[in-house]
Amino acid sequence: MAKKFKNKTLAWLDYRLPIFSVLREALVDHPTPRNLNYWWNFGSLAGIILVIMIVSGLLLSMHYVAHVDLAFDSVEHIMRDVNYGWLIRYIHSVGASMFFLIVYIHISRGLYYGSYKSPREVLWWLGIIIFLLMIAAAFLGYTLPWGQMSFWGATVITNLFSAIPLVGDSIVTWLWGGFSVDNPTLNRFYSLHFLIPFIIVGVVFLHIVALHKFGSNNPTGIDLTLKQEKIPFHPYYTIKDFFGFGVFFIIFGIFIFFLPNSLGHPVNYIPADPLVTPEHIVPEWYFLPFYAILRAIPFKLLGVLAMLGSILILFVLPWLDTCKVRSCRFRPIYKQFYWIFIFNFIVLGWVGSKVPEGHYLIISRICTAYYFVHFLIILPVLGMFEKTLPVPLNIFKNPRVKKKYK
Amino acid sequence: MIKKIFFIIFSFFFLITSLFAEEKMLLKKQNWSFEGVFGRYDNSTLQRGLQVYQEVCSACHGMKRLRFRELNDLGFTNDQIEQYAKTFEILDGPNELGEMFMRPGEPSDTFVSPYKNKEEAKATFNGAYPPDLSLLTKTMKNGPDYIYSLLTGYEENSPQDFELTDGLYYNPYHDGKVIAMPPPLYDNVIEYIDGTNASLHQLSFDIVHFLNWAAEPTLQERKSLGLKVLLFLIVLTLLLYVTMKEIWSWIEK
Amino acid sequence: MINKNKIFKLKKDRRSFLKLTTTSMATIGSAFAVWPFIDSMNPSADVLALGIKEFDLSNIEEGFSKTFKWRGKPIFIKHRTKQEINEARKVNLSKLKDPQKDEDRVIKPEWLIVVGVCSHLGCIPLGQKKSDTRGDFNGWFCPCHGSHYDTSGRVRKGPAPKNLKVPKYKFINENKIKIG
Repeated sequence: MAKKFKNKTLAWLDYRLPIFSVLREALVDHPTPRNLNYWWNFGSLAGIILVIMIVSGLLLSMHYVAHVDLAFDSVEHIMRDVNYGWLIRYIHSVGASMFFLIVYIHISRGLYYGSYKSPREVLWWLGIIIFLLMIAAAFLGYTLPWGQMSFWGATVITNLFSAIPLVGDSIVTWLWGGFSVDNPTLNRFYSLHFLIPFIIVGVVFLHIVALHKFGSNNPTGIDLTLKQEKIPFHPYYTIKDFFGFGVFFIIFGIFIFFLPNSLGHPVNYIPADPLVTPEHIVPEWYFLPFYAILRAIPFKLLGVLAMLGSILILFVLPWLDTCKVRSCRFRPIYKQFYWIFIFNFIVLGWVGSKVPEGHYLIISRICTAYYFVHFLIILPVLGMFEKTLPVPLNIFKNPRVKKKYK
Repeated sequence: MIKKIFFIIFSFFFLITSLFAEEKMLLKKQNWSFEGVFGRYDNSTLQRGLQVYQEVCSACHGMKRLRFRELNDLGFTNDQIEQYAKTFEILDGPNELGEMFMRPGEPSDTFVSPYKNKEEAKATFNGAYPPDLSLLTKTMKNGPDYIYSLLTGYEENSPQDFELTDGLYYNPYHDGKVIAMPPPLYDNVIEYIDGTNASLHQLSFDIVHFLNWAAEPTLQERKSLGLKVLLFLIVLTLLLYVTMKEIWSWIEK
Repeated sequence: MINKNKIFKLKKDRRSFLKLTTTSMATIGSAFAVWPFIDSMNPSADVLALGIKEFDLSNIEEGFSKTFKWRGKPIFIKHRTKQEINEARKVNLSKLKDPQKDEDRVIKPEWLIVVGVCSHLGCIPLGQKKSDTRGDFNGWFCPCHGSHYDTSGRVRKGPAPKNLKVPKYKFINENKIKIG
């Protein structure tokens, strides 16, 4: 607030409605650690892809028809007749995958550098809420083209709620608005799919407010106390974020223009048929690890609880990890468990795409068990016994970055 | 040390994957001109494909997402398309008397399906109805190669230990190795207008080319725009990189 | 000393050059990127394909008119009588709000073909049915704000600024026209 705007109109307006000074604080002056690496680009990337998804989705909604008899045809109408309709639709469908890819990396970065630890627990919670909302939005959105996988995916996932004792079946009927996934279901899924992104925008806003309270974590994980350790967000991180956008758009473009259907399931180009189930019902790749956890457990209710628990457990992660040192850089043993955890998660995704029989079932059970062991046993125990490396007092004394900053 | 362990785990992982892989027929991979970064459709192949569809497939399979006007992409003129569309009868109406009537086709009409609806198709073929072909190549992995393999993969004599139900045909590329569709193509089943030798390979190749165009008419536009966009993005990203280095050099010294 | 200044200036130049090039490239790119999104709201290929339509005139008797739908709008096709044609041609052009000769508005004098949308605010004028009021000039009358049109579809009275629009059309044969 100290600085006034030179432009008189701006100063007049800002005095009455201080959005400009708030924006300037957040995007220009905000003191940011000077040692952030490229893994810190994924926050702004998630922001830009959210905007791209909302804009492309808005334009798709102008041509889409949420009716069981017309939904599939209207999507093909977009692909064939609407000017650049194919481009906008591929942006939206590939964009969903990219959004998850970015967010998974963003979460992994938080796990590696201990960004969830005090005082950033609420920031972490808000992130998990965004992730949960994304899962809902992606699932609802996948139903809309009304292909075979849309229909059967919706059927299988909504049926999970029937696992709830006593009221399960009534809840499923209520979700459907009928006795099967049908027109009322499609209509409400469309409404909710339209709504959720705007809720995400709201939570993202809170996420940023929480972030700016204590500032970004950094690769060393230490609290920054010196003035020289921070630099203004603009121009240093604006340009770095823009460079990140450039690299991301190249990868995004390769998928949109040359591999648009490689991430989706081809069966979804067959219109939904409530009388014929496709051979394998598999979700999109970004849900596979959780799908594997669901199917690893033979009891329906337990499976559903395990799947939910695998995400909800992240909420208590700040207290499960009892180590005071944030960054993996100074935790040699945790670092190895971190990579094993990532590997385990990838394997879960891989078995999620297979039919749960024989070896696959055994692998999925081992991996599911390990997933929970990592959080519930390894992390708390490691916090007590791990001998961490000496933590530097400030980023300049860190031997690894010393060369760069004299 | 960690790296080595991970290397061992990963290689083990992929070894398992390949061991578990199901035994599957290898598809007869063809050299399609629409594949790759510079992919393009070939007009004369497409036109022959249209002829194969018209004279063979259309007896049983619909193509309801295709409009006559789209044949422009195949290199036909508007007049040719109008003439072609006129040879079809389209159900329209109701007219002023409230009755449905037949009229000659117009370029904006869709291809005419051999059935009124799915139920009629099912009734005609004992439940195993012939699918609409508009999106066929997109509904499976490696669609073009799969359909080519299927069309050329019929075997007259099934293996001895294989029991074939009446009315089904042996085709190792199809799920379960049997298929209800009788072999639709064979050498010289039709005579090409342009005089090309109508071998089984040629017929199958042309129809698959045509089907892929029907499923993805915007493929050429997509790929050529993609090249331009990517080229631009690479230049822009390089510039952003240099600018970033320049800006960061102020504080790195 | 001078040398140092020079180096400093060169570096500054390099920096502003880079900033300028990058910014302009990014701006041009964003401008191009916006176009597909805007263009997607223009009429799509199937809408454009329906823009051309044929109409049969054979069962419209003299003195009667008929309404067809074209591009979601009514097309008035009027089979004019000799008297109506004469009325339309007699008018002094200087008295018209939107001066146009009747000869310029028709291909064949007995067939008047106009888009039946009032040029004021888009209502549909009355006068197609025998029972309709036809306004002071025996053509059409728009009930929304009281515009009167004559037998050539030209505005004669009321708030409408322009004549009824004549669509592009041609006669395929004696009794058939193609609009679009």
